[in-house]
Amino acid sequence: MGIFDKYRGIAARREVVRALGIDPFAVRLEQVLSPTRAVIDGRETILLGTNNYLGLTFEPACVEAACAASRRFGTGTTGSRIANGTYGLHRELEEAFARFLNRRACIVFTTGYQANLAMLAGLAGPRDILLVDADSHASIWDGCRLSGAKVIRFRHNDPEDLDRRLRRLAGEGECRLIVVEGLYSMRGDVAPLRDFIEVKKRHDAHLFVDEAHSFGVYGANGRGVAEAQGVEKDVDFIAGTFSKSLGAVGGFGASDDPDFDLLRYCARPYMFTASPSPATMASTRAALERIAADRGLLARLWRNARHLHAGLVDLGLGVCAPPSPVVAVRLPDERSAVWAWNRLLVAGVYVNLALPPGTPEGLCLLRCSVSAAHEPAEIDAALSRFAELARELRAAA
Amino acid sequence: MTAVPDEVELFSTIRALLSAHNSAGIEIRRDTDLAADLSIDSVAAMDLVMEIEERYDLDIPVNEISELRTVGDLVDLVRRQIEERRG
Repeated sequence: MGIFDKYRGIAARREVVRALGIDPFAVRLEQVLSPTRAVIDGRETILLGTNNYLGLTFEPACVEAACAASRRFGTGTTGSRIANGTYGLHRELEEAFARFLNRRACIVFTTGYQANLAMLAGLAGPRDILLVDADSHASIWDGCRLSGAKVIRFRHNDPEDLDRRLRRLAGEGECRLIVVEGLYSMRGDVAPLRDFIEVKKRHDAHLFVDEAHSFGVYGANGRGVAEAQGVEKDVDFIAGTFSKSLGAVGGFGASDDPDFDLLRYCARPYMFTASPSPATMASTRAALERIAADRGLLARLWRNARHLHAGLVDLGLGVCAPPSPVVAVRLPDERSAVWAWNRLLVAGVYVNLALPPGTPEGLCLLRCSVSAAHEPAEIDAALSRFAELARELRAAA
Repeated sequence: MTAVPDEVELFSTIRALLSAHNSAGIEIRRDTDLAADLSIDSVAAMDLVMEIEERYDLDIPVNEISELRTVGDLVDLVRRQIEERRG
Protein backbone atom coordinates (compact mmCIF):
# COMPACT_ATOMS: atom_id res chain seq x y z
CA MET A 1 0.00 0.00 0.00
CA GLY A 2 1.36 3.42 -0.95
CA ILE A 3 1.87 5.96 1.79
CA PHE A 4 -0.43 8.43 0.02
CA ASP A 5 -3.18 5.89 -0.68
CA LYS A 6 -5.13 7.10 2.33
CA TYR A 7 -5.59 10.42 0.54
CA ARG A 8 -7.12 9.00 -2.65
CA GLY A 9 -10.48 10.53 -1.74
CA ILE A 10 -8.89 13.97 -1.41
CA ALA A 11 -7.03 13.50 -4.70
CA ALA A 12 -10.24 12.57 -6.52
CA ARG A 13 -12.06 15.59 -5.10
CA ARG A 14 -9.17 17.86 -6.09
CA GLU A 15 -9.41 16.61 -9.67
CA VAL A 16 -13.14 17.36 -9.79
CA VAL A 17 -12.49 20.93 -8.60
CA ARG A 18 -9.58 21.43 -11.03
CA ALA A 19 -11.70 20.19 -13.95
CA LEU A 20 -14.10 23.08 -13.35
CA GLY A 21 -11.45 25.74 -14.07
CA ILE A 22 -8.62 27.36 -12.12
CA ASP A 23 -7.29 25.45 -9.10
CA PRO A 24 -8.73 27.50 -6.21
CA PHE A 25 -6.19 26.12 -3.79
CA ALA A 26 -3.14 27.17 -5.82
CA VAL A 27 -3.93 30.73 -6.89
CA ARG A 28 -0.72 32.56 -7.74
CA LEU A 29 -0.50 36.26 -7.05
CA GLU A 30 2.12 37.22 -9.64
CA GLN A 31 2.40 40.78 -8.37
CA VAL A 32 0.84 42.39 -5.34
CA LEU A 33 0.16 45.99 -6.33
CA SER A 34 -1.47 47.23 -3.13
CA PRO A 35 -3.50 45.86 -0.19
CA THR A 36 -6.48 45.62 -2.55
CA ARG A 37 -4.98 44.84 -5.98
CA ALA A 38 -2.85 42.05 -7.41
CA VAL A 39 -2.00 40.54 -10.78
CA ILE A 40 -3.40 37.03 -11.10
CA ASP A 41 -3.12 35.11 -14.38
CA GLY A 42 -1.80 38.30 -15.98
CA ARG A 43 -4.96 40.18 -14.99
CA GLU A 44 -5.26 43.04 -12.50
CA THR A 45 -7.61 41.74 -9.84
CA ILE A 46 -9.49 43.25 -6.92
CA LEU A 47 -8.49 41.41 -3.74
CA LEU A 48 -11.59 40.68 -1.69
CA GLY A 49 -10.30 37.70 0.26
CA THR A 50 -7.03 38.54 1.99
CA ASN A 51 -8.03 39.18 5.65
CA ASN A 52 -6.00 42.39 5.28
CA TYR A 53 -8.66 44.17 7.30
CA LEU A 54 -6.85 47.43 7.91
CA GLY A 55 -4.81 47.36 4.71
CA LEU A 56 -1.50 47.83 6.53
CA THR A 57 0.66 45.48 4.44
CA PHE A 58 2.01 48.42 2.42
CA GLU A 59 1.92 50.97 5.23
CA PRO A 60 5.17 52.95 4.75
CA ALA A 61 5.97 53.06 8.49
CA CYS A 62 5.58 49.27 8.75
CA VAL A 63 7.64 48.54 5.65
CA GLU A 64 10.40 50.93 6.77
CA ALA A 65 10.43 49.47 10.30
CA ALA A 66 10.78 45.95 8.87
CA CYS A 67 13.64 47.01 6.59
CA ALA A 68 15.45 48.86 9.37
CA ALA A 69 15.09 45.91 11.78
CA SER A 70 16.46 43.51 9.18
CA ARG A 71 19.48 45.72 8.63
CA ARG A 72 20.11 46.12 12.33
CA PHE A 73 19.25 42.66 13.70
CA GLY A 74 19.46 40.39 10.63
CA THR A 75 16.90 38.43 8.65
CA GLY A 76 16.08 35.74 11.21
CA THR A 77 16.45 34.79 14.84
CA THR A 78 17.74 31.30 13.97
CA GLY A 79 16.24 29.63 17.00
CA SER A 80 13.77 29.52 19.84
CA ARG A 81 13.71 32.04 22.64
CA ILE A 82 14.10 29.41 25.31
CA ALA A 83 17.27 27.97 23.75
CA ASN A 84 18.69 30.75 21.61
CA GLY A 85 17.72 33.94 23.37
CA THR A 86 15.16 36.69 23.37
CA TYR A 87 15.72 39.83 21.32
CA GLY A 88 14.90 43.20 22.78
CA LEU A 89 12.37 43.47 19.95
CA HIS A 90 10.42 40.48 21.30
CA ARG A 91 10.08 42.03 24.74
CA GLU A 92 9.27 45.48 23.37
CA LEU A 93 6.52 44.06 21.19
CA GLU A 94 5.08 42.06 24.09
CA GLU A 95 5.06 45.18 26.24
CA ALA A 96 3.43 47.16 23.43
CA PHE A 97 0.70 44.50 23.08
CA ALA A 98 0.12 44.40 26.84
CA ARG A 99 -0.30 48.18 26.89
CA PHE A 100 -2.59 48.16 23.86
CA LEU A 101 -4.75 45.40 25.32
CA ASN A 102 -4.72 46.70 28.91
CA ARG A 103 -3.42 43.30 30.00
CA ARG A 104 -0.84 42.42 32.60
CA ALA A 105 1.21 40.25 30.24
CA CYS A 106 1.53 39.18 26.63
CA ILE A 107 3.55 36.50 24.84
CA VAL A 108 4.23 36.60 21.11
CA PHE A 109 4.35 33.49 18.95
CA THR A 110 5.74 32.74 15.53
CA THR A 111 2.38 32.31 13.79
CA GLY A 112 -1.26 32.75 14.71
CA TYR A 113 -1.73 29.00 14.37
CA GLN A 114 1.02 28.44 16.91
CA ALA A 115 -0.49 31.05 19.23
CA ASN A 116 -3.61 28.92 19.62
CA LEU A 117 -1.59 25.73 19.77
CA ALA A 118 0.69 27.11 22.48
CA MET A 119 -2.04 28.78 24.51
CA LEU A 120 -4.37 25.78 24.58
CA ALA A 121 -1.69 23.11 24.95
CA GLY A 122 -0.07 25.21 27.66
CA LEU A 123 -3.20 26.15 29.59
CA ALA A 124 -4.88 22.74 29.59
CA GLY A 125 -3.52 19.37 30.59
CA PRO A 126 -4.73 15.77 30.62
CA ARG A 127 -6.77 16.28 33.80
CA ASP A 128 -8.64 19.30 32.46
CA ILE A 129 -11.69 19.70 30.24
CA LEU A 130 -11.84 21.98 27.22
CA LEU A 131 -15.30 23.06 26.08
CA VAL A 132 -15.01 24.23 22.50
CA ASP A 133 -17.44 26.04 20.19
CA ALA A 134 -18.43 23.76 17.29
CA ASP A 135 -17.29 26.25 14.61
CA SER A 136 -13.79 26.73 15.99
CA HIS A 137 -10.75 27.05 13.74
CA ALA A 138 -8.47 24.10 13.04
CA SER A 139 -5.71 25.67 15.16
CA ILE A 140 -8.02 25.46 18.18
CA TRP A 141 -8.84 21.80 17.59
CA ASP A 142 -5.15 21.02 17.08
CA GLY A 143 -4.23 22.89 20.25
CA CYS A 144 -6.88 20.96 22.14
CA ARG A 145 -5.50 17.68 20.86
CA LEU A 146 -1.95 18.66 21.82
CA SER A 147 -3.10 19.51 25.36
CA GLY A 148 -4.22 15.95 26.10
CA ALA A 149 -7.32 17.35 27.83
CA LYS A 150 -10.80 15.90 27.45
CA VAL A 151 -12.42 17.94 24.65
CA ILE A 152 -16.17 18.55 24.59
CA ARG A 153 -17.77 20.33 21.62
CA PHE A 154 -20.82 22.53 22.18
CA ARG A 155 -23.25 24.00 19.66
CA HIS A 156 -22.01 27.09 17.86
CA ASN A 157 -22.75 30.34 19.72
CA ASP A 158 -25.12 28.49 22.06
CA PRO A 159 -24.55 29.37 25.75
CA GLU A 160 -27.52 27.18 26.78
CA ASP A 161 -25.92 24.11 25.23
CA LEU A 162 -22.64 24.99 26.97
CA ASP A 163 -24.49 25.37 30.28
CA ARG A 164 -26.20 22.00 29.84
CA ARG A 165 -22.89 20.29 29.17
CA LEU A 166 -21.14 21.92 32.12
CA ARG A 167 -23.98 20.73 34.36
CA ARG A 168 -23.52 17.17 33.09
CA LEU A 169 -19.75 17.47 33.65
CA ALA A 170 -20.09 18.74 37.24
CA GLY A 171 -17.30 17.34 39.37
CA GLU A 172 -15.27 16.20 36.37
CA GLY A 173 -11.89 17.67 35.40
CA GLU A 174 -9.58 19.78 37.52
CA CYS A 175 -10.08 22.92 35.43
CA ARG A 176 -12.67 23.73 32.77
CA LEU A 177 -11.67 26.11 29.98
CA ILE A 178 -14.32 27.44 27.56
CA VAL A 179 -12.92 28.20 24.10
CA VAL A 180 -14.65 30.53 21.64
CA GLU A 181 -13.71 32.95 18.88
CA GLY A 182 -14.60 36.64 18.72
CA LEU A 183 -15.46 36.83 15.02
CA TYR A 184 -15.88 33.50 13.25
CA SER A 185 -13.90 33.50 10.04
CA MET A 186 -16.21 31.47 7.83
CA ARG A 187 -19.72 32.79 8.43
CA GLY A 188 -18.62 36.17 9.79
CA ASP A 189 -20.76 35.97 12.92
CA VAL A 190 -19.79 37.11 16.42
CA ALA A 191 -19.78 35.27 19.77
CA PRO A 192 -22.30 36.37 22.45
CA LEU A 193 -19.54 36.76 25.04
CA ARG A 194 -21.71 38.26 27.78
CA ASP A 195 -23.92 35.15 27.80
CA PHE A 196 -20.92 32.83 27.76
CA ILE A 197 -19.44 34.73 30.70
CA GLU A 198 -22.61 34.17 32.74
CA VAL A 199 -22.27 30.44 32.10
CA LYS A 200 -18.56 30.55 32.91
CA LYS A 201 -19.19 32.17 36.27
CA ARG A 202 -22.01 29.78 37.11
CA HIS A 203 -19.68 26.81 36.66
CA ASP A 204 -16.41 28.31 37.91
CA ALA A 205 -14.74 27.85 34.55
CA HIS A 206 -12.20 29.94 32.60
CA LEU A 207 -12.82 31.66 29.26
CA PHE A 208 -10.45 31.82 26.29
CA VAL A 209 -11.34 34.04 23.32
CA ASP A 210 -9.51 33.83 20.01
CA GLU A 211 -9.67 37.34 18.57
CA ALA A 212 -7.70 36.45 15.42
CA HIS A 213 -10.27 37.99 13.07
CA SER A 214 -11.63 40.59 15.45
CA PHE A 215 -8.47 42.24 16.81
CA GLY A 216 -8.06 45.65 15.18
CA VAL A 217 -11.59 45.35 13.86
CA TYR A 218 -14.04 45.42 16.82
CA GLY A 219 -14.20 47.76 19.81
CA ALA A 220 -13.66 51.51 19.97
CA ASN A 221 -9.90 50.93 20.29
CA GLY A 222 -9.71 47.83 18.09
CA ARG A 223 -9.07 45.44 20.98
CA GLY A 224 -11.66 42.99 19.71
CA VAL A 225 -15.13 41.63 20.36
CA ALA A 226 -14.56 41.53 24.13
CA GLU A 227 -13.96 45.28 24.08
CA ALA A 228 -16.93 45.89 21.79
CA GLN A 229 -19.20 43.97 24.19
CA GLY A 230 -17.69 45.59 27.32
CA VAL A 231 -16.59 42.30 28.89
CA GLU A 232 -12.79 42.33 28.71
CA LYS A 233 -12.30 41.90 32.47
CA ASP A 234 -14.24 38.63 32.42
CA VAL A 235 -12.23 37.12 29.58
CA ASP A 236 -9.35 35.23 31.18
CA PHE A 237 -7.20 34.61 28.11
CA ILE A 238 -7.12 36.05 24.62
CA ALA A 239 -5.19 35.01 21.55
CA GLY A 240 -4.72 36.72 18.22
CA THR A 241 -2.66 36.95 15.10
CA PHE A 242 -0.42 39.44 13.33
CA SER A 243 -1.53 38.11 9.95
CA LYS A 244 -4.87 39.85 9.63
CA SER A 245 -5.31 43.44 10.78
CA LEU A 246 -1.60 43.82 11.62
CA GLY A 247 -0.42 42.85 8.13
CA ALA A 248 2.44 40.53 9.14
CA VAL A 249 2.90 36.90 10.30
CA GLY A 250 2.83 35.87 13.94
CA GLY A 251 0.53 35.59 16.93
CA PHE A 252 0.01 36.62 20.52
CA GLY A 253 -1.61 35.53 23.73
CA ALA A 254 -2.45 37.79 26.66
CA SER A 255 -3.87 37.58 30.16
CA ASP A 256 -4.02 39.26 33.57
CA ASP A 257 -3.18 36.00 35.33
CA PRO A 258 0.01 36.54 37.39
CA ASP A 259 1.27 33.08 36.38
CA PHE A 260 0.73 33.61 32.65
CA ASP A 261 4.49 33.80 32.02
CA LEU A 262 4.78 30.12 32.97
CA LEU A 263 3.53 29.26 29.49
CA ARG A 264 7.02 30.10 28.24
CA TYR A 265 8.27 26.99 30.08
CA CYS A 266 5.53 24.53 29.22
CA ALA A 267 3.95 25.45 25.87
CA ARG A 268 5.77 23.35 23.30
CA PRO A 269 4.76 25.46 20.25
CA TYR A 270 6.53 28.38 21.99
CA MET A 271 9.54 26.42 23.18
CA PHE A 272 10.42 24.34 20.15
CA THR A 273 10.19 26.73 17.23
CA ALA A 274 12.16 29.69 15.96
CA SER A 275 10.95 33.00 17.35
CA PRO A 276 9.39 35.73 15.17
CA SER A 277 11.85 37.52 12.88
CA PRO A 278 13.14 41.05 13.54
CA ALA A 279 11.26 42.35 10.48
CA THR A 280 8.00 40.84 11.73
CA MET A 281 8.35 42.28 15.21
CA ALA A 282 9.24 45.74 13.95
CA SER A 283 6.44 45.97 11.37
CA THR A 284 3.90 44.59 13.83
CA ARG A 285 4.85 47.15 16.44
CA ALA A 286 4.56 49.92 13.85
CA ALA A 287 1.14 48.56 12.84
CA LEU A 288 0.00 48.55 16.48
CA GLU A 289 1.07 52.17 16.81
CA ARG A 290 -0.80 53.04 13.62
CA ILE A 291 -4.01 51.40 14.87
CA ALA A 292 -3.75 53.24 18.18
CA ALA A 293 -3.19 56.57 16.43
CA ASP A 294 -5.71 56.38 13.59
CA ARG A 295 -9.35 55.61 14.37
CA GLY A 296 -10.11 56.41 10.74
CA LEU A 297 -8.91 52.93 9.77
CA LEU A 298 -11.73 51.32 11.73
CA ALA A 299 -14.27 53.76 10.33
CA ARG A 300 -13.23 53.05 6.74
CA LEU A 301 -13.23 49.30 7.34
CA TRP A 302 -16.79 49.33 8.67
CA ARG A 303 -18.01 51.69 5.94
CA ASN A 304 -16.71 49.19 3.38
CA ALA A 305 -18.07 46.17 5.27
CA ARG A 306 -21.58 47.66 5.35
CA HIS A 307 -21.30 48.71 1.71
CA LEU A 308 -20.42 45.20 0.53
CA HIS A 309 -22.93 43.49 2.81
CA ALA A 310 -25.82 45.74 1.75
CA GLY A 311 -24.92 45.32 -1.91
CA LEU A 312 -24.86 41.53 -1.72
CA VAL A 313 -28.14 41.45 0.20
CA ASP A 314 -29.72 43.72 -2.44
CA LEU A 315 -28.63 41.26 -5.12
CA GLY A 316 -30.59 38.54 -3.35
CA LEU A 317 -27.51 36.49 -2.56
CA GLY A 318 -27.53 34.34 0.58
CA VAL A 319 -25.33 36.20 3.08
CA CYS A 320 -24.55 34.22 6.23
CA ALA A 321 -24.46 36.87 8.97
CA PRO A 322 -25.06 40.56 9.78
CA PRO A 323 -22.48 43.06 8.47
CA SER A 324 -18.89 42.38 9.48
CA PRO A 325 -15.53 42.53 7.71
CA VAL A 326 -16.15 38.88 6.74
CA VAL A 327 -19.06 38.60 4.33
CA ALA A 328 -19.79 35.04 3.24
CA VAL A 329 -22.16 34.18 0.39
CA ARG A 330 -23.80 30.77 0.55
CA LEU A 331 -23.99 28.63 -2.61
CA PRO A 332 -26.21 25.57 -2.89
CA ASP A 333 -23.46 22.99 -3.49
CA GLU A 334 -19.76 22.48 -4.11
CA ARG A 335 -20.04 22.42 -7.89
CA SER A 336 -21.87 25.73 -8.13
CA ALA A 337 -19.53 27.30 -5.54
CA VAL A 338 -16.45 26.31 -7.55
CA TRP A 339 -18.09 27.53 -10.77
CA ALA A 340 -19.07 30.86 -9.19
CA TRP A 341 -15.61 31.34 -7.69
CA ASN A 342 -14.07 30.82 -11.15
CA ARG A 343 -16.49 33.28 -12.73
CA LEU A 344 -15.52 35.96 -10.23
CA LEU A 345 -11.78 35.40 -10.63
CA VAL A 346 -11.95 35.54 -14.41
CA ALA A 347 -13.97 38.76 -14.02
CA GLY A 348 -11.18 40.22 -11.87
CA VAL A 349 -12.39 39.65 -8.31
CA TYR A 350 -10.56 37.34 -5.93
CA VAL A 351 -12.57 35.90 -3.04
CA ASN A 352 -12.02 32.75 -0.99
CA LEU A 353 -13.65 29.48 -1.92
CA ALA A 354 -14.55 27.74 1.34
CA LEU A 355 -15.74 24.14 1.23
CA PRO A 356 -16.45 21.37 3.77
CA PRO A 357 -14.85 20.19 5.99
CA GLY A 358 -13.25 23.63 6.27
CA THR A 359 -16.70 25.14 6.79
CA PRO A 360 -19.41 24.48 9.37
CA GLU A 361 -22.55 22.48 8.60
CA GLY A 362 -21.36 21.48 5.13
CA LEU A 363 -21.62 25.06 3.83
CA CYS A 364 -20.17 25.96 0.43
CA LEU A 365 -19.16 29.60 0.57
CA LEU A 366 -17.74 32.47 -1.41
CA ARG A 367 -16.00 34.17 1.47
CA CYS A 368 -15.19 37.86 1.11
CA SER A 369 -13.07 39.89 3.50
CA VAL A 370 -13.13 43.66 3.38
CA SER A 371 -10.26 46.08 3.93
CA ALA A 372 -10.10 49.65 5.14
CA ALA A 373 -7.93 50.18 2.07
CA HIS A 374 -10.72 49.36 -0.40
CA GLU A 375 -11.99 52.39 -2.27
CA PRO A 376 -15.79 52.53 -2.49
CA ALA A 377 -15.38 52.24 -6.28
CA GLU A 378 -13.61 48.90 -5.79
CA ILE A 379 -16.49 47.59 -3.69
CA ASP A 380 -18.91 48.80 -6.40
CA ALA A 381 -16.83 47.09 -9.09
CA ALA A 382 -16.86 43.84 -7.11
CA LEU A 383 -20.62 44.15 -6.57
CA SER A 384 -21.19 44.58 -10.30
CA ARG A 385 -19.37 41.25 -10.88
CA PHE A 386 -21.51 39.67 -8.18
CA ALA A 387 -24.60 41.08 -9.94
CA GLU A 388 -23.62 39.29 -13.17
CA LEU A 389 -23.01 36.16 -11.15
CA ALA A 390 -26.41 36.42 -9.44
CA ARG A 391 -28.10 36.72 -12.86
CA GLU A 392 -26.25 33.66 -14.14
CA LEU A 393 -27.09 31.67 -11.02
CA ARG A 394 -30.78 32.55 -11.34
CA ALA A 395 -30.73 31.59 -15.03
CA ALA A 396 -29.05 28.28 -14.23
CA ALA A 397 -31.61 27.54 -11.51
CA MET B 1 -30.47 9.07 34.03
CA THR B 2 -30.32 7.61 30.51
CA ALA B 3 -31.08 3.90 30.37
CA VAL B 4 -28.70 1.80 28.29
CA PRO B 5 -30.56 0.97 25.07
CA ASP B 6 -30.22 -2.53 23.69
CA GLU B 7 -28.05 -3.17 20.64
CA VAL B 8 -30.97 -3.23 18.20
CA GLU B 9 -32.45 0.02 19.45
CA LEU B 10 -29.10 1.80 19.47
CA PHE B 11 -28.21 0.62 15.96
CA SER B 12 -31.65 1.55 14.70
CA THR B 13 -31.43 5.08 16.16
CA ILE B 14 -27.97 5.69 14.72
CA ARG B 15 -29.01 4.26 11.35
CA ALA B 16 -31.93 6.71 11.29
CA LEU B 17 -29.59 9.62 12.08
CA LEU B 18 -27.26 8.45 9.30
CA SER B 19 -30.04 8.50 6.72
CA ALA B 20 -29.39 12.22 6.11
CA HIS B 21 -25.90 11.25 4.90
CA ASN B 22 -27.05 8.29 2.82
CA SER B 23 -28.01 9.97 -0.44
CA ALA B 24 -26.97 6.86 -2.38
CA GLY B 25 -29.41 4.77 -0.34
CA ILE B 26 -26.93 2.01 0.52
CA GLU B 27 -27.74 -0.57 3.15
CA ILE B 28 -26.28 0.64 6.45
CA ARG B 29 -24.59 -2.16 8.38
CA ARG B 30 -22.16 -2.31 11.26
CA ASP B 31 -19.23 -2.53 8.84
CA THR B 32 -20.37 0.46 6.73
CA ASP B 33 -17.42 2.88 6.52
CA LEU B 34 -18.43 6.38 7.65
CA ALA B 35 -15.99 8.22 5.38
CA ALA B 36 -15.69 5.92 2.36
CA ASP B 37 -19.32 4.75 2.10
CA LEU B 38 -21.23 7.72 3.50
CA SER B 39 -18.80 10.58 2.73
CA ILE B 40 -18.92 11.74 6.34
CA ASP B 41 -15.94 14.06 6.82
CA SER B 42 -14.37 15.05 10.14
CA VAL B 43 -16.76 17.96 10.78
CA ALA B 44 -19.84 16.00 9.68
CA ALA B 45 -18.80 13.22 12.07
CA MET B 46 -18.68 15.71 14.95
CA ASP B 47 -22.09 17.09 13.94
CA LEU B 48 -23.50 13.57 13.84
CA VAL B 49 -22.10 12.85 17.29
CA MET B 50 -23.73 16.04 18.55
CA GLU B 51 -27.12 14.75 17.42
CA ILE B 52 -26.47 11.48 19.23
CA GLU B 53 -25.42 13.39 22.36
CA GLU B 54 -28.73 15.24 22.36
CA ARG B 55 -30.70 12.05 21.79
CA TYR B 56 -29.05 10.32 24.76
CA ASP B 57 -28.22 13.33 26.98
CA LEU B 58 -24.49 12.63 26.74
CA ASP B 59 -21.15 14.34 26.25
CA ILE B 60 -18.91 12.32 23.96
CA PRO B 61 -15.33 13.65 24.00
CA VAL B 62 -14.02 14.80 20.62
CA ASN B 63 -10.88 12.82 21.48
CA GLU B 64 -12.85 9.62 20.81
CA ILE B 65 -14.36 10.65 17.48
CA SER B 66 -11.18 10.66 15.38
CA GLU B 67 -10.82 6.91 15.99
CA LEU B 68 -14.19 6.10 14.43
CA ARG B 69 -14.19 4.26 11.10
CA THR B 70 -17.37 2.24 10.85
CA VAL B 71 -20.98 2.46 11.97
CA GLY B 72 -20.18 -0.37 14.39
CA ASP B 73 -17.38 1.71 15.95
CA LEU B 74 -19.89 4.52 16.46
CA VAL B 75 -22.51 2.25 18.01
CA ASP B 76 -19.89 0.79 20.38
CA LEU B 77 -18.64 4.24 21.37
CA VAL B 78 -22.14 5.48 22.16
CA ARG B 79 -22.87 2.34 24.20
CA ARG B 80 -19.65 2.78 26.21
CA GLN B 81 -20.43 6.43 26.87
CA ILE B 82 -23.98 5.68 28.00
CA GLU B 83 -22.71 2.93 30.29
CA GLU B 84 -20.04 5.23 31.76
CA ARG B 85 -22.58 7.95 32.40
CA ARG B 86 -24.91 5.47 33.99
CA GLY B 87 -22.00 4.34 36.20
